[in-house]
Amino acid sequence: MSHTKNTIAHADAAAVFNKDEARVNWHDKTLWFIREKRDKISHSIDEWEQLREYASQIKNNVLSNLSEYLQQFEANAITNGITVHWAADAAEHNAIVHRILKQHNIDRMVKSKSMLTEECGLNEYLEASGIEVIDTDLGERIVQLAAEPPSHIVLPCIHKKKEEIGELFHEHLGTEKGASDPEYLTAAARQHLRETFLTRRAALTGVNFAVAETGEFVVCTNEGNADMGAHLADVHIACMGIEKIIPQQQHLSVFLRLLARSATGQPITTYSSHFKKPQPQQQMHIVLVDNGRSIHLGKEDFRNALKCIRCGACMNTCPVYRRSGGHSYHNAVAGPIGSILTPNMDMKKNADLPFASTLCGSCTNVCPVKIDIHDQLYKWRQVIVQEGYAPTAKKASMNVMGWVLSSPKIYDMAGKAARWTLRNTPFVVNNKLNPWFKEREMPAAPKQSFKEWYKTNRKIHE
Amino acid sequence: MNVALFIPCYIDQFYPQVAIATLQLLEKFGCKVSYPLKQTCCGQPMANSGFEHLSTACNELFVENFSGYDYIVSPSGSCTLHIKEHLHTARHTQAEEQIRTQVYELTEFLVDVLKVQTLQAKFPYKVGMHQSCHGQRGLHLSQMTELNAAPFSKPGSLLNMVEGLELVTLDRPDECCGFGGTFCVTEEAVSAKMGKDRVADHVTHKADYITAADMSCLMHLEGILKRQKSATKIIHIAEILNAG
Amino acid sequence: MSSRDKILQQVKQHQPSTRALPKVEIAVEDKDWLADFKARLETLHVAVFEVSDNNSIGTIIQNNSKATDRIVTTMASLKDYAVHIDRVEEDAHQLENVELAIIPAHFGVAENGAVWVTDALIKYRVLPFIAQQLAVVISKRNILANMHQAYSRITNTNYEFAVFIAGPSKTADIEQSLVLGAHGPKSMMVFITD
Repeated sequence: MSHTKNTIAHADAAAVFNKDEARVNWHDKTLWFIREKRDKISHSIDEWEQLREYASQIKNNVLSNLSEYLQQFEANAITNGITVHWAADAAEHNAIVHRILKQHNIDRMVKSKSMLTEECGLNEYLEASGIEVIDTDLGERIVQLAAEPPSHIVLPCIHKKKEEIGELFHEHLGTEKGASDPEYLTAAARQHLRETFLTRRAALTGVNFAVAETGEFVVCTNEGNADMGAHLADVHIACMGIEKIIPQQQHLSVFLRLLARSATGQPITTYSSHFKKPQPQQQMHIVLVDNGRSIHLGKEDFRNALKCIRCGACMNTCPVYRRSGGHSYHNAVAGPIGSILTPNMDMKKNADLPFASTLCGSCTNVCPVKIDIHDQLYKWRQVIVQEGYAPTAKKASMNVMGWVLSSPKIYDMAGKAARWTLRNTPFVVNNKLNPWFKEREMPAAPKQSFKEWYKTNRKIHE
Repeated sequence: MNVALFIPCYIDQFYPQVAIATLQLLEKFGCKVSYPLKQTCCGQPMANSGFEHLSTACNELFVENFSGYDYIVSPSGSCTLHIKEHLHTARHTQAEEQIRTQVYELTEFLVDVLKVQTLQAKFPYKVGMHQSCHGQRGLHLSQMTELNAAPFSKPGSLLNMVEGLELVTLDRPDECCGFGGTFCVTEEAVSAKMGKDRVADHVTHKADYITAADMSCLMHLEGILKRQKSATKIIHIAEILNAG
Repeated sequence: MSSRDKILQQVKQHQPSTRALPKVEIAVEDKDWLADFKARLETLHVAVFEVSDNNSIGTIIQNNSKATDRIVTTMASLKDYAVHIDRVEEDAHQLENVELAIIPAHFGVAENGAVWVTDALIKYRVLPFIAQQLAVVISKRNILANMHQAYSRITNTNYEFAVFIAGPSKTADIEQSLVLGAHGPKSMMVFITD
């Protein structure tokens, strides 16, 4: 399986996605349904906005003391009997995981959801080294069988219809052909994965929160797959970005109240597991991964994107995400939050993403940790243009526009000419070279601009 | 009170009737309104595309045009927000700082400054109100559905003063229409789809007109309605408030 | 320089000046939260039973299971109705065919229906996950309003592993259709005692 195909720009991928309008409608409605559930449950908590403010402040404090909290966490985790590893980048992270597995002669592993391992391309790396990885989150297992990356950080196969999943399961798990009932398919996956859990000696999990004060980490799932894997394995490896630290255990109250409500509209995930010490005869490892985060931290305009708790609410609410699909963002983390995190990792590859937004601001409003997502999108646009990643044609047209709009006389003339063209030679703009015209009529062009009207109808004191 | 009328470039060129309605409406409420003739554009098209640095001349021109008034009023939430947030010149003058605080979108000016309680307007139609994102989430003209906070709507309260007007309830009261400035051409597919979905919400609820405090959204929605040969029309809120 | 030192150095260099930690204060109404807790559990597809003694738990368990079912409990008081596990003696994998596990919980949280369970209460960490069905016994005196109260209670307690459990294992990964029993228990009962 390879996720590293040639990158297709968001707009082009979105155009392909939009060829099947019925599917776009379905995708949009499914995600909007989750946004509505999020609204309903968050509106039922009187202190909701206060909780967001607390969460934001706690995360601001984390970012401002991150090196201290990381060291505190490390010391406490070691005291608890956990082995702590540090990875500067994706390659080092993958190598550390590989080394641990090799030490134990393990060539098959279960893995619960971890967007960080997606970011690092761990599955591909391990598979190339002859190690089998089975993703145990149902949605992740589905996309893994389909040889696709997840399209959403919380709902990995939200882009797939049950009939397609039925087809995949028929092929890989031997379910009945044509069967697409979610209950039937889930039961089949349960059976298949239960056998897997019982036979794997290593389990990798993600981390939702790591508590500096206690050295414990919390993993949230609805399925119980992280626990099934971790508790039955000889080796538990937990991988986390360095920004997942929170100062104190009591702060979990704020984040656990916000996380599931924001993500899926549930009051809490079914399981919020607190791992403090390994079981007897078990090894527990934590890999702390930087992979660009410490650089991101230094960018004042953009650092607070590191407050993200990966709830996915900004994706569910984003009108563009809902109508372009997660894969159009060509990254492990899609949607608005992906569009402000990924330019830091690879500006050239991700230069299109901050433009894949109308800057409507809904993302900022649903964000449980109050990241100013749409303002950062605007700021990334400026940086991307300054760094020279704007398309040449756009640069040229913007230069012309800047020139026209800075001169009242040229502006008047250009306006008049444009209106004349629309009235008299509409074929110049009403054609397929004009993207506006593809699905929209051009505005009617009046003979007189307002300025011209004003000059004849009001007294002018110049 | 001396009010400068700030008319966005595309309204000036394509929708002069919106500017006329805005002018007449403000005059009805006793404002002394001037239209600085050398105005062009707020610079947002460049800035939102990442070319903020190319809008410097535009900004200087704006400061030149709009200094020395009590208020600056515009029938556009989006352009107003842009001035409020991004009007910066190299000289960092006090004038630009003042302009950023003096600039108002039309409906917020009517509600917050003129404190309008009644209107003489008549508009006997079913109207769907489109919330432009910059007006709503940027200028807080209406409460946002994402927040757990008390509802209110400045444009809505004005429309409720119009005789005969019936506001329709939408399934998604504040979903973006997909115009998004240059987004409407650089992301044509998604932009058009968002517009079609917005239009459908209003049409399903039998709106005769879609109105908004931003003409750019309406221009986009109008393009779609016309292509669909829909009976539903668009109208700027200033035209409704100035009607009859 | 090791990656650790490199990362810490870079973080230290880039982190902004200190922002204060807020003091989290959420007012809680002083009332009995049992009714809210029960109502919330029902939305989580949990069967709730208020019971006066262990006999009633036993009867309900017997009525809801077959003679061949492997039923285990970590509560000595229920050993007449289930095989009592009082310490870890075997490999956890042998729990694979447990039909029902009955465990106690420290407390329940009304706002989300979660119950707090630590390793001391379950012996085998995997027990509440691997069983086909889960039953949790909780005292009605231990129902808290919200997660802030929950963590006030948790602070300074000892555990090596602990978990909030809020209902049976579930997934909605296939077209957002809710299915109970993704990997863990397919159903859950909560017994509320005096």
